[in-house]
Amino acid sequence: MKVLVCIKRVVDSSSEVVLTDDGQAVDGRYAGFTTSAHEECAVELAVQIAAATGGTATVLTLGDADAVEQLRAALAVGCTAAVHVVADPQTFGPADVAREIAAVARDYDLVLLGNDAADSGDFQVGIRLAYELGWPVVNGVSTVSVDGTEVTASGAGPDGHETYRVPLPAVVTILEGGVEPRYPTVPGRMKAKKVEIEERQPTAEPVGPARVRLLLPPPTPSDVQVLGKGAEAAPAVVDLLEQLGVLAR
Amino acid sequence: MIIVLVETTPTGEAVEVSREALTFARELAAEGGGVPVDAIVVGEPSADLVTTLASYGVRTVHALTGEAFTAYAGAAWAAGIQGVRGSSVVVMAAGTPRGNEVMAHVAAREGVAMAANVLSFSGLAPFVVTRQVVGGAALEEMRLGDRPAVFTVAGHAVEATPAATPGPADVQVHAPEIGAADLVARVVSSEEPEPDLSGTLKSARVVVGAGRGAGSSDGFADLLELTELLDGSLGVSRVVTSLGWRPHHEQVGQTGSRISPDLYIPCGISGAIQHWAGCSSAKTILAINTDPDAPMVTKASYAVIGDLHEVVPAINAEIRRRRGA
Repeated sequence: MKVLVCIKRVVDSSSEVVLTDDGQAVDGRYAGFTTSAHEECAVELAVQIAAATGGTATVLTLGDADAVEQLRAALAVGCTAAVHVVADPQTFGPADVAREIAAVARDYDLVLLGNDAADSGDFQVGIRLAYELGWPVVNGVSTVSVDGTEVTASGAGPDGHETYRVPLPAVVTILEGGVEPRYPTVPGRMKAKKVEIEERQPTAEPVGPARVRLLLPPPTPSDVQVLGKGAEAAPAVVDLLEQLGVLAR
Repeated sequence: MIIVLVETTPTGEAVEVSREALTFARELAAEGGGVPVDAIVVGEPSADLVTTLASYGVRTVHALTGEAFTAYAGAAWAAGIQGVRGSSVVVMAAGTPRGNEVMAHVAAREGVAMAANVLSFSGLAPFVVTRQVVGGAALEEMRLGDRPAVFTVAGHAVEATPAATPGPADVQVHAPEIGAADLVARVVSSEEPEPDLSGTLKSARVVVGAGRGAGSSDGFADLLELTELLDGSLGVSRVVTSLGWRPHHEQVGQTGSRISPDLYIPCGISGAIQHWAGCSSAKTILAINTDPDAPMVTKASYAVIGDLHEVVPAINAEIRRRRGA
């Protein structure tokens, strides 16, 4: 079966966030770029499902020229083909992205995405994609397997560990935690370099993300009270625990 | 009118973030000149739930009932909401996994935009909201020009506050026909989570946090003892789960659990944005770290500068000493 996994190049948010001068995007010049954590797990699941079913895993992104880096990373861990919709992602809203993915996805049996992107956090591209395609969508699961024409997906929900079973074709959005993304091997990287990436143009002008501007939360000056250094601070810490009422028993 | 999806606990009470969403809705309704606020619940509401919703100023409680609502299906919930929303100008929910999912379904079906994790609004014409992006490290001002405006309210964006004057909270029970297509992706089985899974972490009064400073998978004994002494839960940073030292369900952060304890004690956690996104709602933070300039230390209310392997055993000993006395 044919699996399509969708990823997004995002600024690595492990360090301080800096905005571009026009306030329309997070500036990644200093922090560097990565793939959203949920999507790394989606890629791993796509590769596993392709192997288990004797199928293929294709990675797709909508992004500028530099997003090839993230496509190559997915190819290095087992995807065998890549589709690059070349566009400025800042000018595409979630409905635009869903429409562009739908233009490619109809040829596939299963589409995996992250539950939400680490940067824009819209929580909706996978669901909008499902409505574009007229397919069922399972949202926010961490394990996925395919048996014949049915996909079983499960994850933590408010009522406990929840399982869904839906017929293919289907859209599933992934949360980190169910699988461990593998590391690329040297032969994997070599192979990834040779894969020809299919470039596509967007099918329509984007409506846009309805963004007025991005801003940073106002800085809160540190008013930390240092209780002490090392083990000697223990009595002061326990005084505080008593004062906060968390020690009562 | 403004319509708010209210989520309930397994025992049928309105969850806190939904009460926060009702509070947000009331502020928005007041700004709009006294627009009524209605609630949507799934299943027959208990008398206690109706009383709670009345205290939050709710006019009508729409209860979605029937076979289609016995097991969760995001599309079915959205269809149910569409059926009762009438001429609502706003459809909203709390920014929970389910709230975000159901609102995304509503927005896709209505062909309108959706804003996730809204903190505040700054105008009605045009309707502009400010929401969390990059795990809360940045904010986005977004224009919601479509009607209905569809959005979710970020956890703890406002404090859940009952209304000055209670609402009538008249219950209307609906049992809508839901099309087969909207029931295809439906929960077929759910198992009770193990008691130590993230459910307790999310609701714990005290959380002891552990990061890279734990050193190895063997470095948690003192931290677990402190957790037990404080009757709390252990939460860890993403590094700790990535290295396989602790299971993923203990992870606090943008891709793990979001916690809001009375006290959070992050030990050996530097405080990357990914982690801060999950713990910033803690009322008080006591950081234990070797680096006085670590973001977690500068953002904390209290700090101890030192190695957690020296500080935590000393705290444990001091607690035992005082209890033993």
